[in-house]
Amino acid sequence: MRDTLELTLNGEPQTLEPPLSVAGLLGRLGIESRKVAVERNLEIVPRSLYAETWLATGDQLEIVHFIGGG
Amino acid sequence: MDTLPPASLALEDGWMVAGRQFRSRLIVGTGKYKDFRETAAALEASGAEIVTVAVRRVNLADPKAPMLQDHVDPKRYTYLPNTAGCHTAEDAVRTLRLARDAGGWTLVKLEVLGPPPTLYPDMPGTFEAARALIADGFEVMVYCNDDPVAAKRLEEMGCAAIMPLGAPIGSGLGVQNPAMIHMLIQQAKVPLIVDAGVGTASDAAIAMELGCTAVLVNSAIAKAQNPIGMARAIKAAVEAGRLAHLSGRIPRLLGADPSSPLTGLIR
Repeated sequence: MRDTLELTLNGEPQTLEPPLSVAGLLGRLGIESRKVAVERNLEIVPRSLYAETWLATGDQLEIVHFIGGG
Repeated sequence: MDTLPPASLALEDGWMVAGRQFRSRLIVGTGKYKDFRETAAALEASGAEIVTVAVRRVNLADPKAPMLQDHVDPKRYTYLPNTAGCHTAEDAVRTLRLARDAGGWTLVKLEVLGPPPTLYPDMPGTFEAARALIADGFEVMVYCNDDPVAAKRLEEMGCAAIMPLGAPIGSGLGVQNPAMIHMLIQQAKVPLIVDAGVGTASDAAIAMELGCTAVLVNSAIAKAQNPIGMARAIKAAVEAGRLAHLSGRIPRLLGADPSSPLTGLIR
């Protein structure tokens, strides 16, 4: 059986193929990293560490951006 | 008086928050518009230099959807990330830490709200979040009650601006508490900004005439039938109110004081 990564992305369960870094995940999702912030298990992942932060099964990720608000 | 004050007095005087200088005294929210084009056009018409923004999950089903930043340039406008929708200090702090990472700046608008239908500021939650954010290096502009004791405490904690409501968020009821707002202005040593309740241009003028540093408006512009027209109207009202404040209004009299001389009347 092939290894898989079981993640929770913005509250939704997702199965992805390892190995995967935060930078790799954003790339796979088609998200421009300079427009978002990423939280992994309630800790912010600094943008400078996206490429070297490797994801593990069970990780909870929040990917957020700015939207209109008052 | 030897010289007349310059007529452009109100347009030239700037204000500062957290070490940054601004000329426009109108802060505009970016929520509730029909689309990003309308948002951008209304902001342009408003002359705003600071715009509030919210922080939300990226829609992973449509990650290529246009983003606010594509239409409202963060290099041109100072983004003021808010904590709208946060009902606990913990949520507010978490949201703004993400905002700081997304935007790369520390100036933020803190709002910890009570439940609908009032969405009144939750002051214990606001204090807790303000304390944590200031300790973490944020410059906190804080939405709060029109309570002079609470406002003073927030200022003493190190908040960068005090932002009381004039009326509930989105209500458009105008400045319901002019006496309280005036008292807050009298005691404030940091910018005092009316942050909610403006419904139309005259409401913004009233806030500025009272002596507010600036006014924050979202719904009154975004939900107007013509948001761009209303943005222009409120811009003019903020400038008019500021100029009126600087120019010193006449005292209110409980009676008449004739405008024409009483001497030289024909008999």
